[in-house]
Amino acid sequence: MADPRIIVVGAGPAGVRAAECLVEAGLRPIVIDEASFSGGQIYRRQPRNFTRSYESLYGFDAAKARALHGAFDGLKDAVDYRPDTLAWNIAGNVLHTVSDGVARAIEFDAAILATGATDRLAPIKGWTLPGSYSLGGSQIALKAQACGIGARVVFMGTGPLLYLVAYQYAKAGVEVAAVLDTSPLSAQAKAMADLVVRPDFLARGLYFRAQLMARRVTVRNGITPIEVIGQSSVEGVRYRTADGREHRIECDAVAMGFHLRSETQLADLAGCPFVFDEATGQWRPEKDGDGRTGRPGIYVAGDGAKVLGADAAETAGRLAALAAMKDLGRSVEEAEMDRLRGKMRRFDRFRRGLATAFPWPAGLVRQVEDDVIVCRCEVITAGQIRETACAKGAPEMNRTKALSRVGMGRCQGRFCGSAAAEILAEVRGRDLSEVGRLRGQAPVKPLSVSTIVEKAE
Amino acid sequence: MRTADVIIVGGGIMGASAAFFLRQRGKSVILLERDLVGQKASGTNFGNVRRQGRYLHQLPLANRARAIWGALPELIGEDCEFIASGHLRVCYTREQADRLEAYARDARDYGLDLEMISANALRDRFPYIGREAIAGSYGPQDGHANPRLTAPAFGRAAARAGALVEENAEVLHIEKVGEDFRVEVRDRGIFRAPVVLITAGAWGGKLSAAFGEPVPISVHGPQMAVTEPLPYRIAPTIGVSTPHVHETVYFRQVTRGNIVYGGSTRGPASNETNRASVLPENTLGQMEQMRRVMPGLAAVNIIRVWSGVESYMADDLPVMGPSGKVPGLYYAFGFCGAGFQIGPGVGDVMAELIATGATSTPIEPYHIRRFAAQG
Repeated sequence: MADPRIIVVGAGPAGVRAAECLVEAGLRPIVIDEASFSGGQIYRRQPRNFTRSYESLYGFDAAKARALHGAFDGLKDAVDYRPDTLAWNIAGNVLHTVSDGVARAIEFDAAILATGATDRLAPIKGWTLPGSYSLGGSQIALKAQACGIGARVVFMGTGPLLYLVAYQYAKAGVEVAAVLDTSPLSAQAKAMADLVVRPDFLARGLYFRAQLMARRVTVRNGITPIEVIGQSSVEGVRYRTADGREHRIECDAVAMGFHLRSETQLADLAGCPFVFDEATGQWRPEKDGDGRTGRPGIYVAGDGAKVLGADAAETAGRLAALAAMKDLGRSVEEAEMDRLRGKMRRFDRFRRGLATAFPWPAGLVRQVEDDVIVCRCEVITAGQIRETACAKGAPEMNRTKALSRVGMGRCQGRFCGSAAAEILAEVRGRDLSEVGRLRGQAPVKPLSVSTIVEKAE
Repeated sequence: MRTADVIIVGGGIMGASAAFFLRQRGKSVILLERDLVGQKASGTNFGNVRRQGRYLHQLPLANRARAIWGALPELIGEDCEFIASGHLRVCYTREQADRLEAYARDARDYGLDLEMISANALRDRFPYIGREAIAGSYGPQDGHANPRLTAPAFGRAAARAGALVEENAEVLHIEKVGEDFRVEVRDRGIFRAPVVLITAGAWGGKLSAAFGEPVPISVHGPQMAVTEPLPYRIAPTIGVSTPHVHETVYFRQVTRGNIVYGGSTRGPASNETNRASVLPENTLGQMEQMRRVMPGLAAVNIIRVWSGVESYMADDLPVMGPSGKVPGLYYAFGFCGAGFQIGPGVGDVMAELIATGATSTPIEPYHIRRFAAQG
């Protein structure tokens, strides 16, 4: 019998460790990577001819980045690696990719979707002004291109990334105007019981904060964003502190993000059932502890399955690979699976801590003014969503999309869906889970009409 | 309200507009929709408001519908993004050009004026059309509208006019008891009316079969795609006229800028799961045909594909008119992927037929009895 064909989608921490595990078992997986080099977002490599050291690029994570890159580079001849390749659709047991304008259909016995995460964004008045970036985007600019998003930057939102990126900017010599966290310090204190399961990670967060303070950066907790101000580009930020006072701070760029959201479109297109995650108020593919989804042959791992961070992704990638092989009738070491499952439980507890420490600002989003744009692609305001929900009687997300165009543009609601659902739930007086989620539709990312077809493999 | 003059089963564009026009004629109406009004084929189709290319016997109905499209703001308070920006059919062969010309000649007798356009004139007037196109047939009064908005707008207008519009109301059983139909709805109980109109699209065949009138119906899904927004340049709806199914693509640009296209092939659909899908290979095959008819599109990305559950009859004609067996029962379903433009006309005609016992628009070819004769 021929070896089973296993496809790993994504070459970040989860994808790399999944591929490595498959190679150890004597298989030759196909690894699909949207980027030009492996590493994912967190360990994204710099372009060719850039020569910064691992230490300057990844800081505390230099050793992990080096290890992951080294692991994948070591697999070079043992995997069928396809960089610069988009997995744009999945139907039955066929993955559809496009690379360099050529579409390929690849049959598989198992697919491990390690598709990662993006920033979770919240609409704030003025957030569409040039000079507004997502937190993750501002980090990529620095990490990959050695560029800052501005000369004087405000970091606003919440989540561990907020402090990390602000610190990285400060260290790179960019003036950090302020770090404005919507989560109160009390929330972080409340989460401590769960966060201590990963003392290193916790200590690092405190270190970034201390470093920023030492550089006399304004760091505020429990703030309410009011507006990103500017005529034709960002000129400053207005916010309110917990004591009710309004503040205004000048800057030429603002980076915003509210923790992360999973990239789940492929799992959705594959027909995996989804569940509502109460802790984060997000939908994600239903999976068992090993990464099996409700669709036989489809596995999910890493932040694309559940946002647990890079270390957890490495574990989850390996676990999903073992699960896939076990389901295909190959013998795997049960003891190792048990050990990995134990690690995953610890990561899950830490995740709960993060959700408590850095809560998604649902209340803020629900109260956003009518004239604020929620859907950037289609330029749909909060008022239009409310009007559609009330006057046109849209009870759930897909109907709201059909009647108002919210989530109908290039990003397909990946960046506005969370906020739109909050606004809809608020005006309909329903639970967030009851207004549902936007159904995924192909292509996963925009697909050129010039695409030509290669014969099926 | 549990009883009415008419119960309509199915809230697509046919049912929603029939509800509206029945109210205009003073009939009390209950519209029962299993999901949300206009969510299935009525909301997922291409949005073509086109008369040319239809069977000649359908043109009076299409003309009646076209008049309604032009009057939507006065009738239902919104235009559903209908624009009479023209409809162009182009072809790749001389033989097909002759067919277009013959059709244009015949259509004139039905009040549809079509202008034949030579290859050179095509280049001048529609410079984005590919060089393979050698002739065109242009209908200046047709155009396109937004299917996502249209049936819901009719549903709301019907409700404002006093119809009871019940959404998430799945009809489990219909039977005639004495003079009345007894309609059982999941979790809602029994509704009664002396007249029932079945406008249930792909699900209509099951209901007609329950009354002893089975029809040869199959379901497919259109393969739709939309590009990212571009500057608004393309006014008419454009389609390729060809005997080869894979060449039959059509496209339109909405004023927002996106180009919506579809055709070339159909995809799988199910009236059990109520879902239809776009096959990835169809998306790619369609692109090849789109590049022929509009080469400039190769520089553009699509951002989304979709489908919907459409019903097709074996003879490519809808079922429309009274039941052949049960007095008080009426049908309007199975529109074979060509129901959107005539939709409001179908609603108007069915309302007239139900209210007066006759209609001034000929619909005889669509009577359900044509299948009984074969059986």
